[in-house]
Amino acid sequence: MNKVQNNRAWFLILPVFVLVAFSAIIPLMAVVNYSVQDSFGGGVWIFVGTEWFESVLADERLHDALGRQLLFSGLVLAIQIPLGVMIALTLPTRGWLVPLCLIVLALPLLVPFNVVGTIWQLFARVDIGLLGHTLADLGIEFNYTDDPLHAWITVVLMDVWHWTPLVVLLCYSGLRAIPPAFYQAARIDGASRYATFRYIELPKLRGVLTIAVLLRFMDSFMIFTEPFVVTGGGPGNATNFLSIVLTNWAIERRDLGPAAAFSIIYFLIVLLICWMFYTAITRIGQADKR
Amino acid sequence: MKAVRPSGLALTCYLILLMLPLYWLIKMSLQSNEDILGTFSLLPVNPSFDNYITIFTDSSWYLGYVNSLTYVLMNVTIVLLVALPAAYAFSRYRFIGDKHMFFWLLSNRMAPPAVFLLPFFELYHAVGLFDTHIAVALAHCLFNVPLAVWILEGFMSSVPREVDEMAYIDGYSFPRFFVTVFLPLVRNGVGVTAFFCFMYSWIELLMARTLTLTDAKPISVTMTRTISAAGLDWGLLAAAGTLTLIPGALVIWFVRNYIAKGFALGRV
Repeated sequence: MNKVQNNRAWFLILPVFVLVAFSAIIPLMAVVNYSVQDSFGGGVWIFVGTEWFESVLADERLHDALGRQLLFSGLVLAIQIPLGVMIALTLPTRGWLVPLCLIVLALPLLVPFNVVGTIWQLFARVDIGLLGHTLADLGIEFNYTDDPLHAWITVVLMDVWHWTPLVVLLCYSGLRAIPPAFYQAARIDGASRYATFRYIELPKLRGVLTIAVLLRFMDSFMIFTEPFVVTGGGPGNATNFLSIVLTNWAIERRDLGPAAAFSIIYFLIVLLICWMFYTAITRIGQADKR
Repeated sequence: MKAVRPSGLALTCYLILLMLPLYWLIKMSLQSNEDILGTFSLLPVNPSFDNYITIFTDSSWYLGYVNSLTYVLMNVTIVLLVALPAAYAFSRYRFIGDKHMFFWLLSNRMAPPAVFLLPFFELYHAVGLFDTHIAVALAHCLFNVPLAVWILEGFMSSVPREVDEMAYIDGYSFPRFFVTVFLPLVRNGVGVTAFFCFMYSWIELLMARTLTLTDAKPISVTMTRTISAAGLDWGLLAAAGTLTLIPGALVIWFVRNYIAKGFALGRV
């Protein structure tokens, strides 16, 4: 769509700008302030330059946490996006089943983060949980508090349970927006099910998939409450993700300088990866059009 | 009657798996703590509504729901009020810095909430909003406003420009055009956006916990604090968890048709 040049459009943006600036710029400035200063208590601050950044960048624990975080987000996206698209393709398109399926699907999305944690604690425990107990009956010693692998399975499973429906809902809406004429044309051409998906459905899903991939990446990369409730970052450091480390530094240890420097680096990493995803998806879209 | 297709079977299996953890939560909410820890059973043993009665008769519990709903509804209202004109501007006009502005907005969605906890605490203390509903509603705007602008812009771009031009030729002023002509056309988008904002604000815990103490304490925080105070009462916790599902279920009921009608988001 060709847009009209009109700088008065800024007046429409202004409320958003003021609102978000209040919540974003002032706190961000505070974080920047902390990141370059050291405090000896009593409100005395000393400028330390890039010292915190250097120490944070060299911190082994953070490298490990970043590795875990990337692995987690990668796993989560690799499972949720294909699964979500597949489920969306199998959903009914008309009849009384539609609202029923949508509501059942959306229920996990509206569970507060810590309740998700509680649910999975209850569900995965060996003594009182359905999952843990059933596995124990099958002869598998499932113990997410001791075994790092089991902790990982629990945390990934929990995220898949919680967020796959988001991908499904977005993709379902995207599929419903495809005019029936497209499918008729495909049928006349004798297109296979796969060809219909690849050349009609997938390109039309680009918009919703961009949102799904970016949202899922951002949220999985910033995950805090769910693993915190279920595993508390353990066993050992097995599920100690970036946000858990950061909150530990900033709130419990009150190491403001390193925590702030860490925050800024964290933010930049999220920004960078989101930009990469966005560019990649747009490029694929342009290649498809040729 | 058609035979059951494999895809239908897969879907049914998925939906059942999706419901299992929720079933387990509801099952536990109907039991006392002793029964939960004492015996393992698929159906509730000695089912009773005692846990729910505790929650509905204790104001420190049920006020949590009131607080949560208050700030969530405030947030959805504020977000829609500011995001609708902004999304319209982004979808219709080119102006100085439009792309940068859009990207800056989105970048706020990418800021890890953990980054902002301490500055938020200090900022809202400084402006005297600490422990009020509006503080949480404003803080949640940080991630909901960018998302709302993003989604709404997608919906608005699919409305042809001719609609705007026709309205101006007919002599509509901008506010009148926006409310009476344009809004009804993007009704779906407003519904879907409201759903997303409600969802993210309702499930968020970190900021809500940091910005409240007693007067505006959300239900999710009430739950975590009870754990540390009185040991773990799984039954009560499960009942409180079950009740957090209800507002969400109502919201889905209202927007189900908007989702079923379909949206593509993004120009084809």
